[in-house]
Amino acid sequence: MTDVVFEPAPRAAWRPALLAGRGVLIALAIGLAALISLPILSVVLTALQPSGGAIGHLIETVLPEILVNSVGLMAFVGVGTAVIGVGTAWLVTLCRFPGSRLLEWLLLLPLAIPAYIIGYAYTDALAFAGPVQAALRGLTGWSHGDYWFPDIQSLWGVSTMLTLVLYPYVYLLARAAFLDQSVCVLEAARTLGAGPWGAFFRVGLPMARPAIAAGVALALMEALADFGTVEYFGVTTFTTAIYRTWFGMGDRIAAAQLATALLAFVLVLVVIEIAARRGRRFGAGARRHRRLVPLRLKPAAAAGAIIACALPVLFGFAVPVAALARLHLDGGDPLLGPRFLHYAQNSFLLAGLAAILVVATGAFVAYAARLAPGTVTAGAIRIASIGYAVPGTVIAVGILVPLGAFDNALDGWTRATFGWGTGLVLSGTAVALLYAYLVRFLAVAVGPVESGLHKIPATFDAAARTLGATPYGVARRVHAPLLRRSLLTAALVVFVDVLKELPATLIVRPFDFDTLAVRVYNLASDERLAQASTGSLVIVAIGLIPVILITRMIAQERKAGERIAS
Amino acid sequence: MTLSPTRRALLGGAALVVAAPALLRAQTRVLNLYSSRHYDTDEALYAEFTKATGITVNRVEAQPDPLMERMRSEGANSPADVLVTVDAGRIERAREAGLLQPFASEALASRIPASYRDPDGHWFGFSTRARVLLVAKERVADGAIATYEDLADPKWKGKVVIRSSTNVYNQSLTGSILAAHGADKTEAWAKGVVANFARPPRGGDTDQIKAVAAGEADIAVANTYYFGGLARSTKPEDKAIVEKIRVVFPNQGDRGTHVNISAAGIARHAKNLEAARAYLEYLSTAAAQRYFAFGNSEYPAVTGVDWPPEVAAWGKFKADGLNAGVFAKNNAEALKIMDRAGWK
Repeated sequence: MTDVVFEPAPRAAWRPALLAGRGVLIALAIGLAALISLPILSVVLTALQPSGGAIGHLIETVLPEILVNSVGLMAFVGVGTAVIGVGTAWLVTLCRFPGSRLLEWLLLLPLAIPAYIIGYAYTDALAFAGPVQAALRGLTGWSHGDYWFPDIQSLWGVSTMLTLVLYPYVYLLARAAFLDQSVCVLEAARTLGAGPWGAFFRVGLPMARPAIAAGVALALMEALADFGTVEYFGVTTFTTAIYRTWFGMGDRIAAAQLATALLAFVLVLVVIEIAARRGRRFGAGARRHRRLVPLRLKPAAAAGAIIACALPVLFGFAVPVAALARLHLDGGDPLLGPRFLHYAQNSFLLAGLAAILVVATGAFVAYAARLAPGTVTAGAIRIASIGYAVPGTVIAVGILVPLGAFDNALDGWTRATFGWGTGLVLSGTAVALLYAYLVRFLAVAVGPVESGLHKIPATFDAAARTLGATPYGVARRVHAPLLRRSLLTAALVVFVDVLKELPATLIVRPFDFDTLAVRVYNLASDERLAQASTGSLVIVAIGLIPVILITRMIAQERKAGERIAS
Repeated sequence: MTLSPTRRALLGGAALVVAAPALLRAQTRVLNLYSSRHYDTDEALYAEFTKATGITVNRVEAQPDPLMERMRSEGANSPADVLVTVDAGRIERAREAGLLQPFASEALASRIPASYRDPDGHWFGFSTRARVLLVAKERVADGAIATYEDLADPKWKGKVVIRSSTNVYNQSLTGSILAAHGADKTEAWAKGVVANFARPPRGGDTDQIKAVAAGEADIAVANTYYFGGLARSTKPEDKAIVEKIRVVFPNQGDRGTHVNISAAGIARHAKNLEAARAYLEYLSTAAAQRYFAFGNSEYPAVTGVDWPPEVAAWGKFKADGLNAGVFAKNNAEALKIMDRAGWK
């Protein structure tokens, strides 16, 4: 099929006053993007300084392994999350089979499990000394070296772990895309003789491509930035090498150079993602003339669909939660009680505030790019989104440096001018923490909003403007209702991500400010995994709250949409 | 390390805790701690200190290097009064970066052995942990392995488990080998150890001990307090692990067993200087030392403080007298050597 591309109205048609408004908007967006890019730039600037020569040593010793592992990790996680995310999204949105409605939200559950936790859970269960292999040896009388058992603590093992917890990113975005697709287009494909699968592969899938690309890019960025899991599994990646160079050799500059190399890696991802979206403006998203009639599956196909959708939930959620529950019952966190409530409150509050802040910023920036399409805004967005692929510790230090510089400069200025100092205004406050989350998770908000905006045809804007609406009015009355689902999705993902976030929280937080993730880390890093299980379970439980809420909101949205459409 | 009770330590400590409130009357009553320790049992330490002095302890707990970066970027306005690490390498790096100030304390100098503190008083070790060999009782004969050097002996091929070189305890251990033997021999040693790995390095110290108990390997290298944690446990599976393991203190015939420290120093820009000094001296009191030892199965740094039963059960040993600052300075070179040897 050919793409219908709607160009924005020629510039001459805009009234001068509006032009000024657009200019301000774009300037604001670029300013925001710059503020968000600051920590990343501070890392790149560090990398440009002459280093102590550790980088040469790294190239000679560990770099080849880093590259092989990083490429392998990306290939595995990319393919894995795409296949699981897209396949299950298609099944639950466009087919009907027993349990499909339930599975539709069960498939989101692994999102609430931190990657390092699923890693601990599976390692504990499958290690040589763990219950599975011990039982096997008990049954067979084998001892060490008598039998082969898959080694989970390896590249494929860590890739599997990350795939299991990251596929929901693809699933969420792909499902939203499929829900928004015009039934007419799919039905047209069917009347032209395509079967249900043909319609999927030749029409549905290509139309959802921007959303799928955005989801896979998020999953890959998260995989590249992961530290806890790869370190525990003994797999050398960019992240572990950055930590070793910086903490072990004390070479900050070589570590920053590695981080910059990682950024180059990510830029390749970004280019691929942009290529996947190029020129895709289908603009069929809002013209839903009729209810979507799902395909009722025959018993054999339905059984297959149930298994296909249940497996990711089983391995990504049920098994690790069962393993955690076993550990918890074995001897949970001694602090379970009022203290825990306090941790949970902190976690919830931070995640909620961050979700609002990050989604609002993401929507604003993505919106500016729609009003002023061009290389500058697009580039600004991409650079501001790159924080998602940078290990949290690197981001945190990248944040400490400009904040500290600002605080000390302000303090120096007030001392010189008024004779009293302000001290540290931002460093070590909740503001610094929220700034860290904004830098780290902006991509998560921009992705869904952008792909949502992509689906609203420019003719809508044009029609609304012809009817006398201001650009703001168009945003409020036309785009906002159409974007609600994308915004909710973005808020959900940011909330859960902040709940799980550890490295930046650990370093940037104020005094005596503990969250659930911090509590889990403290116990796990002390190798008290059984005690850490309690906090992990509470993280999962809190993560479920927004998953359930937002799933319900989206379901209501759909019902309303169907009412309007029919 | 000998177990002779020194009354002076006890009396000095008691006098200090009694006198501290009077000393601090004019000060702000807070102490800001940047700490890499994260043990629940340390809370008793803070509570005791607050009870004795009226000073509230505020904490940020995180990994040492990022904490140092935070101090660095906060500059002269940094609220940190005291930096605490769980390894000599990190606290020495903080000293090199100019983040600490010297503290000339007679009490600390008299109580803490010289090898556990910076000669100029920038940092002091308050508890110690030995990096020992934990061997399978059934498969490794008494005396069959006696030194760190033996870990590279080809007769242990496929029998050794130890965690990644990313881990600072291994960097410090290799740093102490470096101090004893020089770069070339240390690299040959590291290659020999790698050749003896039963599996690629992964997991934590406890995982290495579990691997030996399960029969995956015969010799694990780990810090004493991890084994202490298992020894204190009431769980049957932990008891079963401890049953199968014998603790070997390496190099008793020559330089002694490598010992690392958990250390603290006063931040260069400390705003609550008196409180910081009082806190450091409090950490050397017998009461505080007992919290370290009994709470986390560590060895007290101050001689004469009794050991917890599970630790005392392993017996006395000779500790390597190498100053912690020396192997700490060797961290970076040690890691490069391990990289070249293929120690992941």
